[in-house]
Amino acid sequence: MRTKSILRYIFKRLLIAIPVLIGITFLDFLIMNLAGNPLAMLMGPKVSQGAVEARALELGLDQPLLVRYGVWLGQVLHGNLGYSIKSFEPVADMIRQQLGPTLMLMGTSLILSLLIAIPAGIYSAVKQYSVGDYIIVGFSFLSISVPSFFLALVFIYLFSSQLAWLPSSGMYTLGGDRGFADVVRHMVMPVLVMTASLVGNNIRYIRSGMLEILQANYLRTAKAKGIGQTKVIGKHAFRNALITIVTVIGMQIPMLFGGSIIIEQVFAWPGLGLMTMSAILARDYPVIMGTALLAAVVVQLANLVTDIVYVLIDPTISLE
Amino acid sequence: MSCKRKALRSDQVLPQIIKVEDLKCYYSSRSDDHWFRQDVVKAVDGVDLTLYEGETLGLVGESGCGKTTLGKLVIGLERPTSGQVLYRMQDLDQLSGAEKQRARLDLQMIFQDPYSSLNPRKRVYDILSTPLLYHELVDKRQVDREVHRLLDLVGLPANSARRYPHEFSGGQLQRLGIAAALSLKPKLIVCDEPVSALDVSIQAQILNLLCSLQEELGFAYLFIAHGLAAVKYISDRIAVMYLGRIVEVAPADVLFARPLHPYTQALIAASPIPHPDLPTDESSLLTGEVPSNIDPPQGCPFHPRCPMAQESCRQTRPELESDGSYPQFGDCRSYRKSHCVACPVMLSDWHKARQEGRDIHYAFPGAKRTAPGYLEERDEN
Amino acid sequence: MTEQKSKQVQDPAETLDLSGGEPAPAGESYLASIWRRFKRHKLGMVSLGLFLLLVVLAILAPVISPYDPNAIVGGFGQPPSKEFLLGTDLSGRDVLSRLLHASRISLLAGVLVTLLSTSVGVSLGLISGFFGSVVDSIIMRFTDMVMSFPYMLLVLMFAAIFEPGLWSIILILGFVNWPGVARLVRGNVLSLRETPFIKRTQVQGLPGRIILFGEILPNTIAPILVHATSVMAFAILDEAALSFLAMGVQPPTASLGNMLGDAKSLTILTDKPWLWLPSGLVIVILVMAINFIGDALRDAVDPTTSRS
Repeated sequence: MRTKSILRYIFKRLLIAIPVLIGITFLDFLIMNLAGNPLAMLMGPKVSQGAVEARALELGLDQPLLVRYGVWLGQVLHGNLGYSIKSFEPVADMIRQQLGPTLMLMGTSLILSLLIAIPAGIYSAVKQYSVGDYIIVGFSFLSISVPSFFLALVFIYLFSSQLAWLPSSGMYTLGGDRGFADVVRHMVMPVLVMTASLVGNNIRYIRSGMLEILQANYLRTAKAKGIGQTKVIGKHAFRNALITIVTVIGMQIPMLFGGSIIIEQVFAWPGLGLMTMSAILARDYPVIMGTALLAAVVVQLANLVTDIVYVLIDPTISLE
Repeated sequence: MSCKRKALRSDQVLPQIIKVEDLKCYYSSRSDDHWFRQDVVKAVDGVDLTLYEGETLGLVGESGCGKTTLGKLVIGLERPTSGQVLYRMQDLDQLSGAEKQRARLDLQMIFQDPYSSLNPRKRVYDILSTPLLYHELVDKRQVDREVHRLLDLVGLPANSARRYPHEFSGGQLQRLGIAAALSLKPKLIVCDEPVSALDVSIQAQILNLLCSLQEELGFAYLFIAHGLAAVKYISDRIAVMYLGRIVEVAPADVLFARPLHPYTQALIAASPIPHPDLPTDESSLLTGEVPSNIDPPQGCPFHPRCPMAQESCRQTRPELESDGSYPQFGDCRSYRKSHCVACPVMLSDWHKARQEGRDIHYAFPGAKRTAPGYLEERDEN
Repeated sequence: MTEQKSKQVQDPAETLDLSGGEPAPAGESYLASIWRRFKRHKLGMVSLGLFLLLVVLAILAPVISPYDPNAIVGGFGQPPSKEFLLGTDLSGRDVLSRLLHASRISLLAGVLVTLLSTSVGVSLGLISGFFGSVVDSIIMRFTDMVMSFPYMLLVLMFAAIFEPGLWSIILILGFVNWPGVARLVRGNVLSLRETPFIKRTQVQGLPGRIILFGEILPNTIAPILVHATSVMAFAILDEAALSFLAMGVQPPTASLGNMLGDAKSLTILTDKPWLWLPSGLVIVILVMAINFIGDALRDAVDPTTSRS
């Protein structure tokens, strides 16, 4: 019975995701229309003006908006995200090249922030109103209130300018061996800054999620039955805590994209964010829209996965 | 304590205030077993009922039988799937704007949970005066006086007006709920279990208040409750509802004296024992699950739980029929004193019993104890 | 007609007051009770004071600034001195005067973005929750779509399309920040719509607009207010980030973000910290104060939930 409902739920959730994905692409297309001509952007630089016009008629530039959207979507689904106005490279290729460093940065920061936030949030909730709790909560407020670029500047000032411990920008030392240790040295500061800006929110959510669990009746019952605090938290609360963590991860994905733009810019980290930012500064619309589309789809998929993981973890979640 | 008014004891024919004809209200809900099927919940499934001016009709049934939905349908808070609600012989939907508005105001409701039935962000004064001002029922300068009059009517001090709902007790809140309903000068008030959320000590006060207000202002009540005991003393008539249908309607004293439907008998048998000498009769308690109103049983909806069930009960769904006490009125729904029951088996037993001068059969013997003379008989033994 | 109040009392304010403090005065309005509880929150009150101080300084900027923020009044990049308390920038303008005017711009942006996005969000949420069915589905799917675009990316996309500047930043941030409020309000409307007191107003024949604005909206004001504080904190951070990236408020107008933007050059970062450190600190203090106010407000609005 339950398996069937879960399957039905997943199926329904997929069905809901489809119109949203179509909507996202349509929104992207509309925004591109504000910036210029999305269909012409798909065709690349090597085409002469005459050919553009001929091709335009063929693609139906004189057609109504919805038809043009259909043609554009068809191309996008075939992996054609258009060509950069500046470098004339296909946008899809550019994204492929820059994806690695960005994922490295985002992944490390996310994991690190969770490694800090999960124990801190749980401790803070279990020892609510203790000195440790106040310190952790205060720290999380600081984390959400400090702009990441300001923190980045402070870090560069301290660790690169004053202490000269760490390189301030890039992914490799110029003329260096491009080895693993070199990359790690370059990664330290961007990862720390990103982690610092993620960790506050993570702590807050995990803490309030844990507080809710700890106040739940079943835990009180377990305690009354004489099961020790540690065992209560470890065994009974674990599944519910997992849900909180899944929620937090789901919420962080869009923030990671946004954060990476600023942080890669400050640290000149050669990833998607830096590419997007230079595209924005150069008004390179095909590149901007390509990354926006990618990010939006990834976020939607992340939401989808989060929702599905929920029902798999928690048997009591309503499937309505 | 009794609410029943002498005027209603006579055989006088009263005008109808609400007439409900073959009323149905279905909801769809997602099925648990099938991927794409929608289940249809038959909350109200073909109800015929008449309410008369100035009377109190108790509507009784287990939770989930559709009694609250029926109450909401009567005042137009829910839309019926099919069938009609006639207010003073008129279909509300056919009326023009102003007439419709006035008719809607004539039908008010008192809610079950007093704590959530008043806007927590508004002072009592604003809660009571907003509808008065919007409908221009009183002159702007008279609003203060009207609010104070309403508060006085329900026995609350005038300084309540400047307080917020959270500053009152449950009983006081229910008084405010009554005042809000009264402010529109209704002709019928649907009371949806108005005292079930209150302390027992407060319940009697609220019931007394409802009675004295009716005495003074002469409106009708549709009083919804889940047990017969709760409506026994204030109802002129009682209708018993089971799985979306009315199974028995009768004047209150007649219903207790001679409950015909096995379900009514079961309800009486299950109600608290009114006499210290009476033993609890386990055999007369209702057993079995309440069938779902998604897939109600074929034929008579009560047959799976009925000890008197016969083959015919599984086949055809019984309609409400008169017990024949008032043959001049024909249709059992057109006279308020008629006793109607949707059980042909018991009805024919009653006819036979009357001819033979014997007592009727009881599907649930415990129900016998409210029959006239029952206690005296026992005392003699 | 006297009743024992003892058993039936369901007064949240009274139960709360077991922890100390004066009892709730009779007939106290909801907002007054929030303010009474807010006042007990020390950090919240300190933050409110700090915030109001910054607001006053920003409003009075033209009066109290020692110099014209855009005038060249001293040497290029001079360190802090008696004459220029926070030094001068690379064009020879007084940093303190620029900082005061920059706070003015950032606060203006924060307040306007909050007002704009809250009104858009509240309207959409009310419409969505009250009318339900098709309208609701359309609005909510649209909200999902807007929320799927990583926020910063969406803002930068618009900033790239429109001419960057104070007003376009306010418009852009205002129109991307509404989904949170819209969802919040919709959820509230949906649950309120089923409450007996709203059913009662329907029975009383009150029209939709009175039910929506007179009955439902007053019950969602408190959560909206709490949410608005976090929108404002975000708006100030985002304006700063955009201006830092040169996509926001354009020079010579000073904003907290674009004053930090100069520090992208390593020499300024290293040698002239007075050019960027003060505006960064002002952002941190401002945003932290707003976040603490929001936190205190959340506790004051809903005394049953614990501080988080």
